Amino acid sequence: MSRWLQAAFFLLLVRPFLALVLGVNLRHAERLPQTGPAILAANHNSHLDTLLLMSLFPLSQLHRVRPVAAADYFLKNRFIAWFALNIMHILPLARRPKPGVAPLAHIEAALNAGDILILFPEGSRGEPEKRSELKSGIAHLMEHAPDVPVVPIYFHGLGKALPKGDWLPIPFFIDGFVGEALTWQGKRAETMRALEARFAELEQQGGHGAWE
Amino acid sequence: MPLNLQYALYGILGLLVLGTLIIGLKRQFKPGPGDHELWLRMRSWWVMAGLFILAIAVNRQLSIVFFALVSFLALKEYFSIIPTRRADRRVLFWAYLAIPLQYFWVNQAWFGMFIVFIPVYLFLFIPLKMVIVGETQGFLKAAGTLHWGLMTTVFSLSHAAFLLALPDAGNPAAGSAGLLLFLVFLTQFNDVMQFVWGKLIGRIKVIPKVSPGKTLGGFLGGVATTTLVAWLAAPYLTPLVSWQPIAAGLIIGIGGFVGDVTISALKRDLGIKDSGSLIPGHGGILDRVDSLTYTAPLFFHFVYYLHY
Repeated sequence: MSRWLQAAFFLLLVRPFLALVLGVNLRHAERLPQTGPAILAANHNSHLDTLLLMSLFPLSQLHRVRPVAAADYFLKNRFIAWFALNIMHILPLARRPKPGVAPLAHIEAALNAGDILILFPEGSRGEPEKRSELKSGIAHLMEHAPDVPVVPIYFHGLGKALPKGDWLPIPFFIDGFVGEALTWQGKRAETMRALEARFAELEQQGGHGAWE
Repeated sequence: MPLNLQYALYGILGLLVLGTLIIGLKRQFKPGPGDHELWLRMRSWWVMAGLFILAIAVNRQLSIVFFALVSFLALKEYFSIIPTRRADRRVLFWAYLAIPLQYFWVNQAWFGMFIVFIPVYLFLFIPLKMVIVGETQGFLKAAGTLHWGLMTTVFSLSHAAFLLALPDAGNPAAGSAGLLLFLVFLTQFNDVMQFVWGKLIGRIKVIPKVSPGKTLGGFLGGVATTTLVAWLAAPYLTPLVSWQPIAAGLIIGIGGFVGDVTISALKRDLGIKDSGSLIPGHGGILDRVDSLTYTAPLFFHFVYYLHY
């Protein structure tokens, strides 16, 4: 049931909205994973990030795409929680896990089941159009799933269209760059360095006008 | 639809077929590195011509909506490539709102409002809105760039749509849609002819600092061809008589060139090659409507002064 609701929501609302208000020029779309298990690691500027990333997949695949999202933010009230769980189909992540609980267990289970995860290694949305340092949570996950490809993806402009703390979306064209997949590098620090390097490289590939 | 208009649409269809044949044959017998780009460009011509013809074939309202959408995409592209201030988010929202209003005046054929709305009211309102926001750092640059964008992508382009609001009786040959077709076809034809003549006989660069690809041969060849076609087509599509078709051809040929290089200067200033990637083979939408931002208001006022 929620699968059809999700498909309808994306087909009737999200896609027309994104097409009219934004308009995305995605470079190297062929690098997007066709099947899971895979992890999409994206920069995070806006709530639109998740909607845009999910809309890159065909409707038939949509239910396999699972954004990993902060439990404390998205489950804080009943309405947002219902929407997050049933329409966005999120995997809630406890940012401050209770001792003795494995916080990534259900996320690893989703990967084992062949889902495509959306992860924002920067953590929160932060300052619009500025890249912040990556958090190492993604390396923990990769250590447990060493063969799963991690596909880095970088968007310019979503922070302008809908930055943190604002509710009114303003139309802007979005530039997106998909990078080459990478996997677990044997050590956490090395994995993080490799991922940082991919992101820095994608960021360099340019975007549109500055945001002063 | 007036008979002359139908013939003109068939003529455009014929040109599209001819262009596709030429590029197809070139790919077959004289392949070069730019062929794929040319092929994409031709394909996009089919799509653009198809949408435009569909819009004017259905009715006036749909054509006006079509131009409103072109203005919206062009303004969105402009705001995406220029540096904007974070403080101006809400100001940009009001700038976008100008589009439905401006085209509403067009639809109502309210000439007085259409002609002052952006140059007067928005010119005064946008800085007011910016003052309310209160950010003074970069104020002048932001006020200037926002207004330039509105004038170019909304005010100028809406002149093409206002041709449709002129009374049909003023143009017995083909109605108001005939004027629009004349303007849009000749503007795009002029772009193509300047490109083709430039390839054939282009040697001397006209403005190497702004647009190194523009040659004197391309410019003169384009203007001459456009003027010739304007002179041939004017009796069937416009109320223009005696010397007027020649003048209209010169206005579109020269104006189109200036519009083209103005957007080139903007892109060079920003350090980008294309304004966007919306139209495969052409670049962005500003790359396609750049000439029209000059020809639409110039041609409109020329016809309006003489015949309405």
